[in-house]
Amino acid sequence: MIWNNWIPLLVVLSSLLPGLVIFTLSEKQWRVRTFLNIFGAVAKLGLVGWMLWGVYHEQHFETRLALLPDLDLVLRAGPLALFFVSLSTLLWLVTTVYAIGYLEHSPHRSRFFGFFSLCVTATVGVALAGNLITFLLFYELLTLSTYPLIVHRGTEEARKAGQSYLTYTILGGALLLFGTVWLYSLVGTLEFTPRGFLSQVDAQHHPTLIIIFVLLIGGLGVKAALIPFNGWLPKAMVAPAPVSALLHAVAVVKAGAFGIIRVVYDVFGIDFAASLGVTAPLAWLAAATIIYGSLRALFQDDLKRRLAYSTISQVSYIALGVAIAGPLASIGGVVHLVHQGVMKITLFFCAGNLAETLGVHKISEMNGVGRRMPWTMAAFTIGAFGMIGAPPVAGFISKWYIGLGALEVDQGWVLLVLAGSSLLNAAYFLPILHAAWFRKPPEKWPHEHDFGRHETSLALLIPPLITASLALLAGVLAMLPFSPLEWAKLISVREFYTP
Amino acid sequence: MGAQLIQVDWAVVLIMLPLSAAMLGFLLPGMARNIGLLAALLILFTVVGLGWQLTQTGVYSHVAGGWLAPLGIQLHADGFSLLMLATSAIVGVAVSIYSTGYFKAADDQRFWPTWLLLWAALNALFLAADVFNLYVTLELLGLSAVTLASLTGSKDSVSAAMRYLLSTLLGSLAFLLGIGLLYHQYGSVDIAILSERVNDSTVSWAALGLITAGLALKTALFPFHFWLPPAHASAPAPVSALLSALVVKASFYILLRLWLGLFDFQQDSTVANMLGILGATAVLWGSIQALRQIRLKMLVAYSTVAQIGYLFLAFPLAQTGGNRVWYAVAYLMLSHALAKAAMFLVAGNMMLFGGHDRIVNLDRVVQRLPVTVAAFGLAGVSIMGLPPSGGFIAKWLLLEAALAQGHWGIAGIMMLGGILAAAYVFKVLGYAFIPSPVPHQAVSVPARMQWMALLLATLAIMAGFVAQPLMQLIGIGALFDSTGSMP
Repeated sequence: MIWNNWIPLLVVLSSLLPGLVIFTLSEKQWRVRTFLNIFGAVAKLGLVGWMLWGVYHEQHFETRLALLPDLDLVLRAGPLALFFVSLSTLLWLVTTVYAIGYLEHSPHRSRFFGFFSLCVTATVGVALAGNLITFLLFYELLTLSTYPLIVHRGTEEARKAGQSYLTYTILGGALLLFGTVWLYSLVGTLEFTPRGFLSQVDAQHHPTLIIIFVLLIGGLGVKAALIPFNGWLPKAMVAPAPVSALLHAVAVVKAGAFGIIRVVYDVFGIDFAASLGVTAPLAWLAAATIIYGSLRALFQDDLKRRLAYSTISQVSYIALGVAIAGPLASIGGVVHLVHQGVMKITLFFCAGNLAETLGVHKISEMNGVGRRMPWTMAAFTIGAFGMIGAPPVAGFISKWYIGLGALEVDQGWVLLVLAGSSLLNAAYFLPILHAAWFRKPPEKWPHEHDFGRHETSLALLIPPLITASLALLAGVLAMLPFSPLEWAKLISVREFYTP
Repeated sequence: MGAQLIQVDWAVVLIMLPLSAAMLGFLLPGMARNIGLLAALLILFTVVGLGWQLTQTGVYSHVAGGWLAPLGIQLHADGFSLLMLATSAIVGVAVSIYSTGYFKAADDQRFWPTWLLLWAALNALFLAADVFNLYVTLELLGLSAVTLASLTGSKDSVSAAMRYLLSTLLGSLAFLLGIGLLYHQYGSVDIAILSERVNDSTVSWAALGLITAGLALKTALFPFHFWLPPAHASAPAPVSALLSALVVKASFYILLRLWLGLFDFQQDSTVANMLGILGATAVLWGSIQALRQIRLKMLVAYSTVAQIGYLFLAFPLAQTGGNRVWYAVAYLMLSHALAKAAMFLVAGNMMLFGGHDRIVNLDRVVQRLPVTVAAFGLAGVSIMGLPPSGGFIAKWLLLEAALAQGHWGIAGIMMLGGILAAAYVFKVLGYAFIPSPVPHQAVSVPARMQWMALLLATLAIMAGFVAQPLMQLIGIGALFDSTGSMP
């Protein structure tokens, strides 16, 4: 079908064009702006749904445009690409609704929503990229379009956070570019291929390939917040809550983790990467990051900072699952891309609600907050249980598969990491839940707003309820077709391992 | 109709049009602005005509007045000339429209005739087919550039212009000596004839040295860059844009043409490597200096020093890297011209708006001049070499050549230069977001001044998407494809 050649491009344009128009709107035209935002998000969702159905039935969707004399800009919707696209498209819609509610009276909304749309455009481009240069293009676009969102508040603290973010990501981008060009000059192609395209490379180049692997993973590890590249993430918490949600669940961190999956499976190929001996160090690094993030999270009193360190820990599950190099573990790692997304976005929405409604920013201020805002805290509780890995929330499924996968390839030490991380997660989430539900609320909240009948404004309340339900459903209905788990299995069969 | 249009000598029009407009503007100072604007639009149209002609009939040659080479004036246009003519036309039109907002009526009558004269010199230079005409146009270009740089008459600008004048005269002198030697030895000034006769001899080497040194001085290659930052930073913003985007490119254009046309006899690569080393130093030195500046215009000017360095990195790479490297250089010339012109226009807007251009006191201009800041950001993307942009295409090709040949030093310098560029671009953007203790005077900036900056910056980004057709256009005449095939 001729249409299939253009749908991937349309998916990218469905947020790019509204975003560009939004920049030109004045602050007062909020109706037009909201319409464009929602229209773009819904159109994208429709297109992605169409492609999901098509790819399930083995149709091909590919847009190819000339970029350089012998390199194309390729957008291709394979199973793995669609997995990430679906996540960001769905969460973008929810986050847009949330952001409209959150920023209701704040200035410069046109600029904010313009860059917000660009950010999602870049994320979808990262997901659909069919070769490494297209990936690089959107990856850098993501860096650039996130920066104005981080410094949005225009304070000195925000400027410094932006500077720190850029220092890390520009250096990361440089490593990625260097690795990409080097790889291209070595093998003359950059096309993502199921099971990789490097296994035929002459053995004398294997040391070079190892260096290239380190460069690529180093560049991606900055966004994926691996040790030692994660200093920017907690600082970036100064941004408004919808931006944090975007950074942690939909876009930036995910783009890094997704890139690691791409490099390991579609550039090197898992078997070849394992034979080069590069996957084991990646697994250790991921495991170390998991423990490090959890330990640091324990000592944060600022709620958003604790969540930020929790992200560092949780996103590394993806890298860990990928690097264990067993079929079941990779299913666990890939499915965590979606699971972590819906759970973490729920937590950030809730943190934003507490800040906006009650002025609560610190965990020490959260006593009894569950009585004042029961729905918000119910959603938070689901998210937190998911992070700990308690069944039946989605996080349990990820850990189960990573654990099984580790045993499958005799990597028992991973179980210790999983257990340790679960304990630490419990140690930093359960006290919050205890304080929120069982302690007495204070006489007066730090900075309370009255939203009338509901505990907070509906635009703020409904998004976390939706994402919390998704986190629950992804766990309970994991065995149904089109569940994240089943789709991850499809990816594993079609793209990762030779059947 | 089409058949007649293809006969038109568009190239001659390209020289005569700005020249006669300059005369008219000088004679009728009250109408100088309108004459200039009309001429600018006509030039753009004429370049399109020439481009169409080239795609239809290939390389264009013309003998003015019927006199042949040593005596008469020959014109020659291939894809590379077309690229430079088109770049000048686009930047020229944007800067012309911008300057209607920037200059008061009193400055108009001094600005327009000189600027049109400079434009005529540029076009004639890009079309010249012999080295003597190259010299004449280069001299004319240098003198009109110095005149424009001293337009404000302030103490700073006059002393900077004086330094600029001395450097440009010294550069031309070396160039003249070089072509004098060539004429003496080989009896011709026609590039095509010379390219057949020039061989590996002491005179050729002396000419090579003199010409390269003179043009490097005019192009402001490190360590000959000393004149550039003060001259470019103290000139009025539209003039800075022209100087940085076009004038330094013109001398580099000559260097590249003669290098490919005449000096391909030199097998050993000492000179090429030396140019490469100077280029690498320029990238680092220019970027670090840019980062250290406290004034926006100085920052942008030092960024030009760094970007010129990239152009010279190509010389060592091209020895084995072949034509792709020169295509990359041509692409970099185009995208740097667009992006750098945009940046200087932005600097002019901020200066007008706030009354100063101290970076740390930019005071929330991002909210108050959003179009201008967007232009700076987009231009910055191309300068940093991040995708998608023209700068990215050029740097990708250069980096690819460097890595394929194992030139690790050059590859490392390019990465470092990109990171430093990001540091100085985002330094400006960061301060544009936050309030400053020193308030701005907040003079309103005409919309056309803001949009012209954005237009140029957007074109620099768009250049990242049209690499394939553009390179085909540049390839007309195959100047880069087989070294020494200058017709």
